[in-house]
Amino acid sequence: MRQAVAAKLSRLPPDEQNLLMPLVETTPRFYLAAGVLGVVVLWGIFAYYLQVRYGLGRTGLNRPEYWGIYIIDFVFFIGISHAGTLISAILRISQAEWRRAITRSAEFITVLVLGYGAIQPIIDLGRPDRVLNVLFHAQWRSPLLWDVMSIGLYLTASTVYLYIPMIPDLAIIRDAGIKAPRFYRFLAAGYQDTPAQRARLERTIGILAIVVIPIAVSVHTIIGWIFAMTLRPMWHSTIFGPYFVMGAIYSGIAAILIAMVILRRVYRLQDYFKPVHFDYMGRLLLLFSLLWFYFTFAEYLTAFYGAEPAEMRTFWAKLAGPFAVPFWLMVLGCFIIPLALMSRRSMRTPRGTLMAGIAVVIGMWLERFNIVVPTSVNPRWEMESLGHYLPSWVELSIMAATFAGFVLLYMIATKFFPIISIWEIKEGREKVTEVKERIAAYTGEYAAVNPDTAEMIAGYTGEYPALRKKRP
Amino acid sequence: MTRWGMVIDLDRCTGCTACEVACKSENNIATVSPEQADLGRAVSWMKVVAEVSGDFPNTTMQFLPRPCMHCDNPPCVKVCPVAATYLGADGIVGQIYARCIGCRYCANACPYTVKYFNWFAPEFPDSEREHLNPDVSVRPKGVIEKCTFCHHRLQKAREEARAEDRELAEDDYQPACAEICPTSAIVFGDLDNPLHRVHTQKRDPRAMRLMEELGTEPKVYYLAPRA
Repeated sequence: MRQAVAAKLSRLPPDEQNLLMPLVETTPRFYLAAGVLGVVVLWGIFAYYLQVRYGLGRTGLNRPEYWGIYIIDFVFFIGISHAGTLISAILRISQAEWRRAITRSAEFITVLVLGYGAIQPIIDLGRPDRVLNVLFHAQWRSPLLWDVMSIGLYLTASTVYLYIPMIPDLAIIRDAGIKAPRFYRFLAAGYQDTPAQRARLERTIGILAIVVIPIAVSVHTIIGWIFAMTLRPMWHSTIFGPYFVMGAIYSGIAAILIAMVILRRVYRLQDYFKPVHFDYMGRLLLLFSLLWFYFTFAEYLTAFYGAEPAEMRTFWAKLAGPFAVPFWLMVLGCFIIPLALMSRRSMRTPRGTLMAGIAVVIGMWLERFNIVVPTSVNPRWEMESLGHYLPSWVELSIMAATFAGFVLLYMIATKFFPIISIWEIKEGREKVTEVKERIAAYTGEYAAVNPDTAEMIAGYTGEYPALRKKRP
Repeated sequence: MTRWGMVIDLDRCTGCTACEVACKSENNIATVSPEQADLGRAVSWMKVVAEVSGDFPNTTMQFLPRPCMHCDNPPCVKVCPVAATYLGADGIVGQIYARCIGCRYCANACPYTVKYFNWFAPEFPDSEREHLNPDVSVRPKGVIEKCTFCHHRLQKAREEARAEDRELAEDDYQPACAEICPTSAIVFGDLDNPLHRVHTQKRDPRAMRLMEELGTEPKVYYLAPRA
């Protein structure tokens, strides 16, 4: 870190110092990780080049297994993207004070992963050169076109929803003058934190938080509809819309938890991601593991009870056939592990939520696999021989590159934008009294002096954190 | 209004697969290597599906030639994001190869799995190359293709009938599979025209369509085997 920048940084209040540190100080480990991820991305680009050059025959896809890894990743990534916007919007609207430290990192997941999700169907195209035909020859009855529209809208809305609440922080960076002055002057858009500007900002955020929720719900509903609108066994189901939305939020929460644990460790954010955050997010994960079980049980019981032969072929292929391993691993990852871990307070810690989060993310990927592949290889017309699917190295390389690309971009984003909202944290500290009053308004005066409540609020707003020691 | 359709008498089908061969030759269908065929990438617009029933030694074998059903309510047409697959005015479900983006949604939506994808650029052995049909475009890699009821023959027949100033007769337009079938199991014509054989045959008590319960209204009828 250059001396001048260090001097400028040291003149700032403690929150700014802690949270802007990653922007000016980069460790060799960061460069190492970025380099490794970059190599994986380049390898994936090479694999994609081969696929474009020679055709989709380079994948393991075939007839009737028309959709594979790319579509699985598409559903998976767009699902993860519900993390941010939806969670942070709901927490903002419900005035959950503990949200303040989480929203920014979650919103970044949304915007960045959404891009990687949106390119998956394009990677999957036989003719990516003709992708603009969806605009030139739009056919409105196709759920795929609804999807283009809703994802486009969602990407726009969530980018705005990421940017607007970031403006005060961008102004802080601009005023501190620690990095790329022109860039931040442009992005801060003349924000001076006057009371009028602040009021306008909060009003805009309030509107955006409400607008973004129905958009996010529509996105994954429509992705579910892509499958549900066909007459394929185990796809043609009305539960798919809500099931996909629930699963999306579930995998999103898991992804936030993983990101929080890693950020907390590498950027030493223990004073911001506190035990209470992991406790509350762990409870949310627990709630969604139960919801997941409910939806899954409802879906499979309905198919089983109706016992339509075409459906039963796919049903048994999943429960006790060639897909039994991914199916039961999914149940383990999405239900048994998170339920067992998150129902215990002692496990709702960074370590425990990390384990549960990883289990859920893997489980939800497998769920997307179990939706796409078993139905694909079991077409309704049983006179055809059954299909099979083994992804090729090209598909797996592109998948690895997408994951690596997302992490890489997220890492780079933390170097340019504070990953915790500075102004919202500060606002939280200023609002402690107001929050106490609000709680008193619905619990009665007693609560205002209730030591538990006071302690709880202090748990996430609290005193100014001690300055982290600088790295030697 | 013409509604081109087909009636296939399963009692007459011997499973000789001449229809498959005629179709491949007529429509410039690319050949794939045996390894690719094992992967499930062979293309066969017309496919004779064989079904063995009963336990050895009392087994019977049934054959069912399966072209595109050319549904009146085609699930593939609804889902195509770019209208590359469409239901024509004469009831033929077509595919615009130059517009198709290769998303394979139609292939997934088709309950009869009759849509084929070009996984690689098409390949033809040298011996076949000289005999490609100039009336049918060769499909590029990355697009969906399907049975067209030999639509190019309809265009030709229609032009000829117009030049001679007469109505199109049943014999004027026959797809390659119907033309070649040695037992006349495949009968083709206008389902709505009383002068065409299919008009009466589709009313046969043995007549049925595949997965009629889905409401796709296929225009390919089968005459169920008597025994």
